[in-house]
Amino acid sequence: MTAISREDVAHLAKLARVEMTPVELDHMATELDHILSAVKRVQEVATQDIQPTSHPLAMTNIFRDDVVKPSLTNSEALSGAPAKIDGRFKVPQILGEE
Amino acid sequence: MTNIYSSASEMADSLAKKEYSSVELTQQHLDRIADVDGKVSAFLHVDAEGALTQAAAVDAKRVRGEKLSPLAGVPLALKDILAQKGIPTTAGSKILEGWRPPYDSTVVTKLKEAGVVILGKTNMDEFAMGSSTENSAYGTTQNPWDLSRTPGGSSGGSAAAVAAFEAPLAIGTDTGGSIRQPAALTGIVGVKPTYGGVSRYGVVAYSSSLDQVGPFGRTVLDAALLHEVIAGHDERDSTSINAPIPQVVAAAKRLDVKGMKIGVIKELSGPGFQAGVSQRISESLELLVAAGAEIVEVSCPSFEFALAAYYLIAPSEASSNLARFDSMRYGLRVGDDGSKGAEEVMSITREAGFGKEVKRRIILGTYALSSGYYDAYYGSAQKVRTLVKQDFEKAFGQADVLVSPVTPTTAFKIGEKSEDPVAMYLSDIATIPVNMAGIGGMSLPVGLADEDGLPVGLQIMAPVMQDDRFYRVGGTLEAALLSKWGKPLLANIPELGGVA
Repeated sequence: MTAISREDVAHLAKLARVEMTPVELDHMATELDHILSAVKRVQEVATQDIQPTSHPLAMTNIFRDDVVKPSLTNSEALSGAPAKIDGRFKVPQILGEE
Repeated sequence: MTNIYSSASEMADSLAKKEYSSVELTQQHLDRIADVDGKVSAFLHVDAEGALTQAAAVDAKRVRGEKLSPLAGVPLALKDILAQKGIPTTAGSKILEGWRPPYDSTVVTKLKEAGVVILGKTNMDEFAMGSSTENSAYGTTQNPWDLSRTPGGSSGGSAAAVAAFEAPLAIGTDTGGSIRQPAALTGIVGVKPTYGGVSRYGVVAYSSSLDQVGPFGRTVLDAALLHEVIAGHDERDSTSINAPIPQVVAAAKRLDVKGMKIGVIKELSGPGFQAGVSQRISESLELLVAAGAEIVEVSCPSFEFALAAYYLIAPSEASSNLARFDSMRYGLRVGDDGSKGAEEVMSITREAGFGKEVKRRIILGTYALSSGYYDAYYGSAQKVRTLVKQDFEKAFGQADVLVSPVTPTTAFKIGEKSEDPVAMYLSDIATIPVNMAGIGGMSLPVGLADEDGLPVGLQIMAPVMQDDRFYRVGGTLEAALLSKWGKPLLANIPELGGVA
């Protein structure tokens, strides 16, 4: 049985905002199925009683004092922008027609 | 006389004694790059003007008698994943082609403050996803030992530059072995410091719970000197450890392992490893015993599952980290002809800007994190991570350091594994557990395999923030090997000569 179908990959690609051609979808579905069958071994030892580890360091909520420090100027912050207008990022339309 | 074949510490001594200037030393390395990089392809960008300006500034300070840092005036190659102000920074991806960061990463700031001369940016697998540099959008780097083979990856450009005498030092990053594996495959020293030991501010993020920046050098002392320059707490990186830097330079000079217990990991030896690799590792252990260390065998049964867990955790974190490449604020934008909405432009740009392996990992990570599969994949992988940590804790109860081969084989041929992702992933089998547990590890060159005459790396691992231990063991073994061989391992590398 395959773990992941071509339709699944198309849906995931949409969620991840990556366009894919039909040929790419075919390849990706086969490869991911191969990879998933290798990595699903983790389920063999991941029993209920084991606590998950999300991070190697046991640290939470690192705070610093809320003090204003020198940072990028407006033109520096915009220096890599694909498009800009009036000191701001210019982006394609975000909302619908109205 | 300048000598590009000497170590960074020897160069530093000669500079301090004013035997030559940093400008002369830098120019000689730039000449070497011009001569041989056509064959090696280690560099994506060479900043000759910037390097010579930095070198001249160090020379001027030295003439004025100002106090300088130990590596002041010594050249270095920088992996193209670290932001350097005004210098192209691509992370090996088309999506960042032409981007010039408006700021320096903390590591670059520290290098500049120490007067280390940055020669340029080195090639890498796109977003550090790969073990051979074949996933770079800008072509593959060749291994200077055999140009038909890969130098490993993802920091393959940095490792190849050091092995080819294009730079005495380099910076890499290591998420699953990306410093240690290329160091092993090119016969140099590479260190993945303890997670949180070196700031990641300004480093393009791949898998944030695993990524770490570290040094490459041709000797253990060189790596230690660079380690001390880049390490330390940084309030701009919330995962940076606020504790004193381990005394790695002193440890590298100690040359004594009497009474140390060295644990050999049972699960990282045997039939899965090339005979010539295992042979050189065994001989190294004999040298350590002769130097007064004691060998014990330790067992880490969960390591068998670490690779699978890594290839769920890293893609999951990558799918989230790479969401920032949205074509809105910097980097590539494709298809913005006025008729399309932002999300459509985003999708078209990411299709055009990301390579195959990056897309593969984004989709895999999106899958592993999606509702209905989260517990079975990402959740299970995090539990394996707990088991790996517990195995290390138990093993470090029995030994001061742990050892294994760095890689199952010596350098493989370019193209040999590029069509089979799972085969490629297997080259990280011995290095991944270290990242999962957040500890540090070193790759030390311990000889050439009999079958193919290619370098073999010994991995030496130590508990969190005890990085000095692997420098101590590495320095001692390096000295023993040097007296056995009568010359450094890199003296055996074929001369690359000029451009063909």
